[in-house]
Amino acid sequence: MRSAPIRPSEITPEHVYLSRRRFIAGGAALTLGGVGAHALSEDWLTGRGFRPGAPIEGEDTTPIEYATAYNNFYEFGTDKDDPARYAHEMTVDPWSVEVAGEVAKPGKLGIEDLLANVDLEERVYRLRCVEAWSMVIPWIGFPVKALLDRFEPTGAAKFVEFTTLHRPDEMRGQRSFFSGIDWPYVEALRLDEAYHPLAILAVGMYGNVLPNQNGAPLRLVVPWKYGFKSIKSIVRIRLTRRRPGTTWNMLQPREYGFYANVNPTVDHPRWSQASERRLPSTLFSPNRIETRMFNGYEEVASLYADMDLRRNY
Amino acid sequence: MTASDARYRWAQATVIALLCAPLAILAWDFVREIRQPGVAFGPDPAETIVRYLGEWAIRILLATLAVSPVARLLGRPRLVRYRRTFGLAAFSYAVVHFTGYLVLLAGLDAGTFLADFVERPYITVGLAALVLLVPLAVTSTRRWQRRLARNWRRLHRLVYAIGVLACIHLLWLSKGDYMDAALYGGILALLLGERLARYTKRLRERGVHET
Ligand code: HEM
Repeated sequence: MRSAPIRPSEITPEHVYLSRRRFIAGGAALTLGGVGAHALSEDWLTGRGFRPGAPIEGEDTTPIEYATAYNNFYEFGTDKDDPARYAHEMTVDPWSVEVAGEVAKPGKLGIEDLLANVDLEERVYRLRCVEAWSMVIPWIGFPVKALLDRFEPTGAAKFVEFTTLHRPDEMRGQRSFFSGIDWPYVEALRLDEAYHPLAILAVGMYGNVLPNQNGAPLRLVVPWKYGFKSIKSIVRIRLTRRRPGTTWNMLQPREYGFYANVNPTVDHPRWSQASERRLPSTLFSPNRIETRMFNGYEEVASLYADMDLRRNY
Repeated sequence: MTASDARYRWAQATVIALLCAPLAILAWDFVREIRQPGVAFGPDPAETIVRYLGEWAIRILLATLAVSPVARLLGRPRLVRYRRTFGLAAFSYAVVHFTGYLVLLAGLDAGTFLADFVERPYITVGLAALVLLVPLAVTSTRRWQRRLARNWRRLHRLVYAIGVLACIHLLWLSKGDYMDAALYGGILALLLGERLARYTKRLRERGVHET
């Protein structure tokens, strides 16, 4: 398989519009969890245009009913079908995001205002989970930099920290008595990583607004890192001088590095990372493929030019 | 055949049927999945199936350990006759769980299996539990029971270690949330605690007689 970074030339010019209709296509998800039953009205996105993106050459896009029914979102439970079943309990409208720390113009903005001036585009990315499975998902979003610029990071800012909503009333995983995770979920990037054009904040997928189980209404997507870095349902962004503590890294530093770049040569104590199962797999074929360095996004290699990636896993 | 024999046979057949039910459901899901991929097992059939079987293996294993305390609690010592059926069912589910892992997750690849066995402690521990179950399954018959005499009970105390290994297996493969490990580990602790309490009581009583 070849690497297929998104080139501007591959992007068709006409605009497509985000639809309000959620998941009519996701039949399986609907019957499983009653995803369609809740009243979400992200009217601020309905009718917003986005520039469509090209599919990855030679790789099938994962069917929507799998991408919306098989999720790791521990705020709603640890089983893969828990998020599809319970994420509708989370209120995503109204939603605001606070931007703080090393910025000239800190503030808390309603998501409508936050996104008023950004151009939305579609990006079809591989998503590689640390559990050695992967999917291909068409996200709709915009570069992280477009949002950060607006708050004017200061020269001292070196890292960006993202925090997920903490609302145990609506997120049953956060109420679990046996949870090892110290909520809220926190992830972070080095500022130059966040500024890389491949790093996006997503508000939609498959031509629709994001379903709750996939991290509505705003999530990070960093395609060259393991999925747990791509934090969901963001309420706070903080620019910092020092490297922030991040959830999985603090829980099990030997298993989950801060960088968590997809790397077939560094094994994880639970899973070999040399290969992955591209979902959906079937009973008769695990659909195992070789894992590629940086998940096939070699253009990010320069970010790590003088680092030992075996130590900084 | 006396009436009580007949009742026993029926009861035994019912127990076997119940213990087979999760496998029957799995078989039916296989048929559905083959007809239309994705409907029964979702996008990751391998994980779904291996987890399902592992969960039933540990449930039935703990049920096996619960048979004799329940018989005592109800004051019906003859219920212990069903213990062997439960034990063999637990062993069977563990074997199918292991087979599911070998075929669906390791893809029948010896290299993958060996690497997993060496590098992933939860796999090593699971396999230890399975291997230890083999002599217990083999010697579960009346004949072996007679042949081994007192040693039979000693040998079958291995099941306590197997229970502990199974719970460690589950604990080590859990991440983020330890609800299942706590649940099954808690039940095991109760079952083992009850035995320990009885054992120390017996020791004390014996001590009293000797003085
Ligand atoms: C007495 C023996 C065993 C018992 C009672 C047992 C029980 C379990 C349980 C309860 C689970 C968790 C299911 C869940 O998360 O819902 C599990 C998962 C698993 N077991 Fe076992 N197990 C045994 C032996 C083995 C052996 C011998 C292997 C392989 C060599 C194995 C491999 C696995 C794997 C790979 C998983 C995780 C599946 C996944 O999450 O992808 N187990 N087992």
